[in-house]
Amino acid sequence: MSIRVENLVHIYDKGMPSEQLALDNISFTADDGQLVGIIGHTGSGKSTLLQHLNGLLKPESGSIVIGDTDITQPGISMVQIRKKIGLVFQYPEYQLFEETVAKDVAFGPGNLGLSREEIDERVREAIELVGLDYEEIKDRSPFELSGGQKRRVAIAGVVAMRPEVLILDEPTAGLDPKAHKDVLAMVEEVHRRTGNITILVSHNMADIARLCDKVVVIDSGRLVTAGTPYEVFSKKEELRAVGLELPPVTAFTETLRERGVDLEATILDTDTAAEQIAAYLKRKAK
Amino acid sequence: MIRDITIGQYFAGNSVIHRLDPRVKIIATLLFIIELFIVDNFIGFAIAAVCLGTVIAVSKVPFSFIVRGLKPIIIILLFTFTLNMFMIDGRILWQWGFLRITAEGLRTAVFMAVRLILLIIGSSMLTLCTRPLSLTDGIERLLSPFKRIGVPAHEIAMMMTIALRFIPTLLEETDKIMKAQQARGADFETGNLIQRAKSLIPILVPLFVSAFRIAQELAMAMEARCYRGGENRTRMNEMKLKRRDYVAFALQALFLAVIIIESRIF
Amino acid sequence: MDNIITIENLIFEYTRGDESQPVRAIDNLNLEIERGSFTAIIGKNGSGKSTLAKNLNGLLLPTEGVIYVDGFDTRDDDSIWNVRQTAGMVFQNPDNQLVSAIVEDDVAFGPENLGIEPAEIRRRVDKALADVNMGQFKKKAPHLLSGGQKQRIAIAGVVAMKPKCIIFDEPTAMLDPKGRSEIMSIIDELHAEGITVILITHFMDEAVRADRVIIMHEGRILLDGAPQEVFEQEELIRSVNLDVPLMVEMGAKLRKAGIDVPKDIITEEKMVEFICQYE
Repeated sequence: MSIRVENLVHIYDKGMPSEQLALDNISFTADDGQLVGIIGHTGSGKSTLLQHLNGLLKPESGSIVIGDTDITQPGISMVQIRKKIGLVFQYPEYQLFEETVAKDVAFGPGNLGLSREEIDERVREAIELVGLDYEEIKDRSPFELSGGQKRRVAIAGVVAMRPEVLILDEPTAGLDPKAHKDVLAMVEEVHRRTGNITILVSHNMADIARLCDKVVVIDSGRLVTAGTPYEVFSKKEELRAVGLELPPVTAFTETLRERGVDLEATILDTDTAAEQIAAYLKRKAK
Repeated sequence: MIRDITIGQYFAGNSVIHRLDPRVKIIATLLFIIELFIVDNFIGFAIAAVCLGTVIAVSKVPFSFIVRGLKPIIIILLFTFTLNMFMIDGRILWQWGFLRITAEGLRTAVFMAVRLILLIIGSSMLTLCTRPLSLTDGIERLLSPFKRIGVPAHEIAMMMTIALRFIPTLLEETDKIMKAQQARGADFETGNLIQRAKSLIPILVPLFVSAFRIAQELAMAMEARCYRGGENRTRMNEMKLKRRDYVAFALQALFLAVIIIESRIF
Repeated sequence: MDNIITIENLIFEYTRGDESQPVRAIDNLNLEIERGSFTAIIGKNGSGKSTLAKNLNGLLLPTEGVIYVDGFDTRDDDSIWNVRQTAGMVFQNPDNQLVSAIVEDDVAFGPENLGIEPAEIRRRVDKALADVNMGQFKKKAPHLLSGGQKQRIAIAGVVAMKPKCIIFDEPTAMLDPKGRSEIMSIIDELHAEGITVILITHFMDEAVRADRVIIMHEGRILLDGAPQEVFEQEELIRSVNLDVPLMVEMGAKLRKAGIDVPKDIITEEKMVEFICQYE
């Protein structure tokens, strides 16, 4: 399973005075089992891109091939696309509507036309996969849960559709530090257990650097660059030009390097940074 | 279809009509509606149409834009027209089975249609040339003398202000929720009426939850900003009648007189 | 010491749904806030920090204990409007605190409620919008603005009421990095102009800008002091599921590796200086 996005173009309000090129010839690929990060500031075209991957928007031209199916082709049904790609929107807890958690999570699988048993099994599996206790939570109202729990239930609602690709748009927005960590750990766990492609959109560069195998940078509807976190975050100037920052620890070590401290370029984690700084200081003290 | 409705829409501009005090415009519109009902012959309508035409020309709102606003009422127009044409007794012009058109019927049908068209255009000129917020301000000031008999003038205006502020927000919210449910495989387009109505539940429940959350948070924010109803409240934009407002009033009074005299003479 | 806010033995309880046992959100809290200071209050969700904020503005009233805001008792009906004018409040969700469909009318809302003269309101609105760099947007509709811009309008709406103190209740939680840094620099400017700032947040890099940091846990104050004193307690902070600023973490790691980094280094500038001058 892989994703190939080729020459994707999307125009808003075509033929109207407000016509706007929202996606400008975007191409990138994601391979089996990869966790891909998409970064770009608000209004860069990220959400437009995600909605194409999920079939909610149709491109002007270009193709999106998942496995061996081009989902932009006219003959492809929505159910087929939903089985392949699950999209978790920002603040997904605002879409909860059923009386109980189990019923809410069952909404997606139910729409795929599965059997009762199959749905029940998937609901149980999804709720446990997002780190909640099925027996304890299944009959509770989703509206009485804590913020972090609501978000997990909402994510479970998409996970239960067993998509081959899971896309999450800022899954940690607005959460406190504990819930932030928990939800990210859960995303990692789901990714590891399913072994599928996961696409993560985030403003948090430290999370992107730590979790992703590949990073795609979008600005003004164009692809700026794509590559491993190391490759992408070593292009400091290019990122700054499109209003993006380095992960905080990388920004710190780069400042040190500019001041003449002898460190490796583009250090992405705190442990390595501390090790190298300590080694440098010990050399300097001698 | 929705974007065709010009009733209630605002057409940004800076004409004299736009700059008139909203109270003057509200009263003038009400008088215009009354005048349309005083008129009982086509000469009166011709006078009203010329006056309305002058107002439109001065306002610089494109005529095509105004006509587009008539589209949604075409069905009502045709319906009343047909009803009047066939249902009124009198001198028969044309007959086919039980259907017949009479001279009186035809006259009434045309008469009512003209009245309805002038009415719609006249009242949409109010909203086309007045910023929604000025309109609510104007309504508040006009209703305030009736506070003593229990008309909640300030509350009505406040409700309208908040509605104007949050309609776009709620539309955006609806769009987001619809997309999120579609991503979960919801289908709003196929199935029979009952199935379609049922498919709205996943949209309506979250929408209500959001609306209540907004209401609660907004109420708290308003309280924190010392909101305590209309008592002792001042306004940044004071409404003062200027010379152009008095002139507009005088013209409207003249128009009213002409219409009354005209209906007596003919 | 000249205090703008004095809290004595504050207890706040509320009942949730059908439970008979009240929940104690704030448990016997004593606190004084110095006039003109910048205090950051940190805590995870449910620690009582937002409840505390709403008590400071009289939106919630103490179950037991007293709060004085600039000398006014928040429980006193006659002075509640003085309390709210003295201690303005900016909330988390930028959308749900703007009242009017036009920016300048929204900013005027507070002063209008206070019954201020129209000409004076006009002056204050223009000044407040200029203060948050939103002057050119005064005729715009809020729903066409970005989250950060909306939040700036909300701040202008409070500033126009000329409060002595502004309580920010997680003002950046729903913003992107750009919006967040805009809001933080406006908060710094307001503090520099002499307004007492109370910032409720869970972002540590925002807290290090304050001159006092309070960490709340289960309705009580866990730590209280200058940022460098508070963040010295790295393990205690982590034990209540909170983060520490990156430079505190870096300092701890360097100490473990045998470098003697002073514990009061909590900002990047200080750390860079320390490393560059190390001998």
